[in-house]
Amino acid sequence: METVITNNRLKDLFAAKRDILSIYFTAGFPQLQSTADILLSLQNAGVDMVEVGIPFSDPVADGPVIQRSSQQALDNGISLELIFEQLRTVNDQIQIPIVLMGYFNPILQYGVEKFCQSCSETGVSAAIIPDLPLAVFKDQYEVAFGAAGLNFIPLISPQTSDARIKEIDGATEGFIYVVASNSITGAKGEISNLQEQYFKRIANLGLDSPLMIGFGISNNATYRKACQFAQGAIIGSAFINRLRESNDLENDIKTFVDEIKLENNDS
Amino acid sequence: MLHFNGASAKYGISEAGYYGEFGGAFIPEMLYPNVEELRLNYQEIINTPSFIKDFRDLLRDYVGRPTPLFHAKRLSKKFKATIYLKREDLCHTGAHKVNNTIGQILLARHLGKKKIVAETGAGQHGVATATVCALMGLPCSVYMGKLDVERQGPNVDRMRMLGAEVIAVESGNQTLKDATNEAMRHWINNPIDTHYIIGSVVGPHPYPDMVTKFQSVISDEIQKQLLQFTGMENPDYVIACVGGGSNAAGAFYHYLDEESVRLIAVEAAGKGLDTDESAATTFLGKPGVLHGSKSLLMQSEDGQVIEPYSISAGLDYPGIGPMHANLYQQGRVDFMAATDEEALNAGMQLCQLEGIIPALESAHALAVLPKLQFEPSEVVVLNLSGRGDKDLSTYTEELR
Repeated sequence: METVITNNRLKDLFAAKRDILSIYFTAGFPQLQSTADILLSLQNAGVDMVEVGIPFSDPVADGPVIQRSSQQALDNGISLELIFEQLRTVNDQIQIPIVLMGYFNPILQYGVEKFCQSCSETGVSAAIIPDLPLAVFKDQYEVAFGAAGLNFIPLISPQTSDARIKEIDGATEGFIYVVASNSITGAKGEISNLQEQYFKRIANLGLDSPLMIGFGISNNATYRKACQFAQGAIIGSAFINRLRESNDLENDIKTFVDEIKLENNDS
Repeated sequence: MLHFNGASAKYGISEAGYYGEFGGAFIPEMLYPNVEELRLNYQEIINTPSFIKDFRDLLRDYVGRPTPLFHAKRLSKKFKATIYLKREDLCHTGAHKVNNTIGQILLARHLGKKKIVAETGAGQHGVATATVCALMGLPCSVYMGKLDVERQGPNVDRMRMLGAEVIAVESGNQTLKDATNEAMRHWINNPIDTHYIIGSVVGPHPYPDMVTKFQSVISDEIQKQLLQFTGMENPDYVIACVGGGSNAAGAFYHYLDEESVRLIAVEAAGKGLDTDESAATTFLGKPGVLHGSKSLLMQSEDGQVIEPYSISAGLDYPGIGPMHANLYQQGRVDFMAATDEEALNAGMQLCQLEGIIPALESAHALAVLPKLQFEPSEVVVLNLSGRGDKDLSTYTEELR
């Protein structure tokens, strides 16, 4: 009994829009029960897609801002089980695509098939699992993802060869997460010439998959710049910093998103 | 003549980088080019005659190998067996760790790398890495948990004297696990010209196999020395402590297929297996993924890594190498555990019986001698992985 879900929200989004703004936040941060409120606020503020981070004790591919938020969320008592419960409470109110992002071990302990099933039940369109290599995914988990209509989102970095990018392109049905720089230390506030050359190189490969640029995207300028070379961009650390300082989540989220999306900037 | 073959067909690594269900390379794409470069080249590089000659010459002339296989007569008498100590504590820098760093620095040179990064817990691997970097004139960054920096002052000073930059890691529990996270982040941020020298048989494939091969000089020497001293091909027992498991991997390597040799790995029970303060992974862990490979891992229900505890900073790690996880699962190696107290007592006993101050790590291996029922005719080789100078303050505080 194939229950492939064809109306994946991601596919619809990429078919319909450019300059897609995706915001990452860590589930269970700043408060254990913030997850659902932040999701709704982001949707209301006009964000196109959200990435919900599954906290892990040892996030090797994250910079200090996201590390700290993950640790705080774990101290708050977050778990994958609880994240799905929180997503369930807003499932019928959220229309934008949700992507889960997390390290492999918590998913492995939850059970990969059960994870795919829970994603499907809570409206999650895709998963980014930085330490699950493409080859292992294809070998062991592609079937389970496919059965649940869940996309596996691969990453590429400035060091990824063209040949491998093409291989990755052929293997994904969601989008490719373009890691903007070698540095995982968070937002820098600008995009260098070297990065621009890298974005151009990727854009010129003529890939089938939509591209989303992340890492180091922090403000209107970097978002606009990234959108010149990709379908959209992802903001993480800068948003987490804003959440950390916030006393009024809904308002501050609205302001943050408005600032990022501001049209008549210098670009 | 040293070479890197002789791998076990049954327990060795598969073409895909697995030991049974354990191993693999669970790394972010950002590390893929680096790890792939190693994977594609390491076998060929370490088997070239010039590499083997450089490695062998440095182990002999710089490290001081072969290390003695010492017949510990008073210890033997006490435990009613013939006990030999493999004296890795006599290696330059004071532990077996340098066997691996010599191998990896030569490999880094072959790959044209210009900088070295490493993690360290107690500081032994950090010192061994800083040492070979000084020897080769390469800049070296060592990540060390802030807590370990504070409690292992002499090794921090040694690393700095040797020219290494020691970076105190403030994330997590500020110990070895967090230092490893930070060293991996450093490698992600510096992907072009940096080689990461991992200190144990952990990490993504090919690290566990590479480190095991560099450490296999230990069992290679034991075989020859034992034959020379006793005329025996094999001992009855080989005993070694396990944190990540590099000294045990080296001591077991050439005996894996000799099923008559009983291999005993000793983990740190900390304050006891039934307490929250332990590092005995095979007793308390289950399969999981950390630091690039699938292995046994101490973790919560939800897959969060549990901070381990041991009096010995070198055994204070929440996992074990994937080869050991498979050897455990296959029943080839017997895993035992020794508490802080048992290790301290066994360490003191060795001082008094044989005039050797062992590292607290190695003292865990010694601590199982009273638990094993030897036949008087049996021959036991115990890998004395390091010397205890670094642990003097712990010994004296605890035994006062």
